[in-house]
Amino acid sequence: MSSFSPFTSIAEARRLLRSKELSPVELVEALEQRIASIDPKIGAYIERDVETAKKEAASADLSKPLGGIPIGIKDAISVAGQPLQSASRILDGYTAPYDATSVARLRASGAIPFGRMNMDEFAMGSSTENSAFHPTRNPWDLNRIPGGSSGGSAAAVAAGTALATLGSDTGGSIRQPAALCGCVGLKPTYGRISRYGLIAFASSLDQIGPLTSTVEDSALLLNAMAGKDPHDSTSLELPDEDFTAEIGRDLKGLRIGIPKEYFVDGMEPGVRSAVDAAVKQLVSLGAEPVEISLPHTEYAVAVYYIIATAEASANLARFDGVRYGRRSSEAKDLLSLYEKTRAEGFGREVKRRIILGTYVLSSGYYDAYYLRAQKVRTLMRRDFDQAFTKVDAILSPTSPETAFRLGEKTDDPLKMYLADIFTIAANLAGICGLSLPCGFSNRDGVDLPVGLQLLGRPFGESRLLRIGHAYEQSTEWHKRRPVQIS
Amino acid sequence: MSTNSPHHTIDVPYLARLARLEVTPEEVEIFEGQLGRILDHVEQMNRLDVSGIEPTAHAITVFDVIREDGVSESLPKAAILENAPRSANGLFVVPKVLD
Repeated sequence: MSSFSPFTSIAEARRLLRSKELSPVELVEALEQRIASIDPKIGAYIERDVETAKKEAASADLSKPLGGIPIGIKDAISVAGQPLQSASRILDGYTAPYDATSVARLRASGAIPFGRMNMDEFAMGSSTENSAFHPTRNPWDLNRIPGGSSGGSAAAVAAGTALATLGSDTGGSIRQPAALCGCVGLKPTYGRISRYGLIAFASSLDQIGPLTSTVEDSALLLNAMAGKDPHDSTSLELPDEDFTAEIGRDLKGLRIGIPKEYFVDGMEPGVRSAVDAAVKQLVSLGAEPVEISLPHTEYAVAVYYIIATAEASANLARFDGVRYGRRSSEAKDLLSLYEKTRAEGFGREVKRRIILGTYVLSSGYYDAYYLRAQKVRTLMRRDFDQAFTKVDAILSPTSPETAFRLGEKTDDPLKMYLADIFTIAANLAGICGLSLPCGFSNRDGVDLPVGLQLLGRPFGESRLLRIGHAYEQSTEWHKRRPVQIS
Repeated sequence: MSTNSPHHTIDVPYLARLARLEVTPEEVEIFEGQLGRILDHVEQMNRLDVSGIEPTAHAITVFDVIREDGVSESLPKAAILENAPRSANGLFVVPKVLD
């Protein structure tokens, strides 16, 4: 029917579309066929509206930069007329009345939103096991988790059932699943992309970003979405920038910081050796390694789980059964309407975090927890400011381990929270971060992807993408495909 | 799950009431243990001297973002009420608040 094969990059799909080897409608059909045959094993998608996507594809403007490219959207980001639930029962029956700005900008670049991607409920989790719908499985080993919270977004790109997807990253929710699934995930700088239409989790940390199969594709999506939006006062007015501009340039003279606090005991040996090899590879490409220190790294998880839960407890107060979503049928008065609706609608992890957030904001504890955490956050931010006077990027593993088994950490939230140990500092400091494949670690006889994290100074995405692209193109990691699903 | 009981205790029923969240006795027991252990972990922050350090609320600081005070279109009322669990006469319906 068409010359489309799975695992095609956006850049390659654009070439097929523009040369008329493939029509946009055929692309949606081919993708749907692939999803229908593969996704039942993975569960990356919550739902697809094939008819609407085909209709939009039929009128796609191929002259635009993303003309005719279908993009999967995390279930936390609004697509007008489509159901939206943040993978929560509390939003049963909700339809997004408008497009998120990120989605509107993708459309303006010619892209077609296609598919609601599975996630941890309200983006709270590191394994996508907290979805109210179903867990998502890792394409490399179906007994393992894909990471989270944007696990559906990452698993679909890794399985070749999506060309690219959107995710959101509050403490690593784009980068960690990208690492565990072996694809590319970018958390842009805080303020780079409007969050209008994103269901808020922790407003001082949340950022939308792309998950793709190549670094170049990541730059293409950032090009489409970046920029000031009057609907999000935290989005910043910056000079127009082409994020592909530095791609293809060499790495001579660039300094890569290696933070000693990120290379400690307890890391999975296969992760350690893959990242060590990546450093050597970057050096061979002309980069200069510099040992640096980020002395407050050890406090990141503590600070994060105070700030993120405090903000979440306030943000999730809006889900009260009055204006949208589900309402308990057991309610007798207004108070029980709130209490019962929230009890029935929220899953356990969400309840746990609401209670913790309420605690750290409550009278008598505010100074000891929330205010203190905000002060430590200042120290962590200064660590990065200091480091970026010496280096162009900071390198670390994205995660201390490869994908763990389903159910392995569900009984111990603290253990689950520690899975984010290398990614959350970037959100607290507001800087940008990129995760890309850098090798494999063998666990129980299965090769599992390892992610390399590159952190950059605020609004330094172009530099990160340049380094990421040079590394990617000098290795073969991004060309390996999961065998369990082929 | 860790068998050590946490140093910190947390009054889950009280906090759940503040958060307008009904919790079952089973949830109270689970959350008390888990949240206590999380607070034990958080305690490491107390090792740091933070006197004189300004708090960070937003990492990229932008102050006083203002826009022109102009008239623009809102979403149509019907589009919003379509998502309401119950509505009538263009309003959200809730259980009786005043007797």
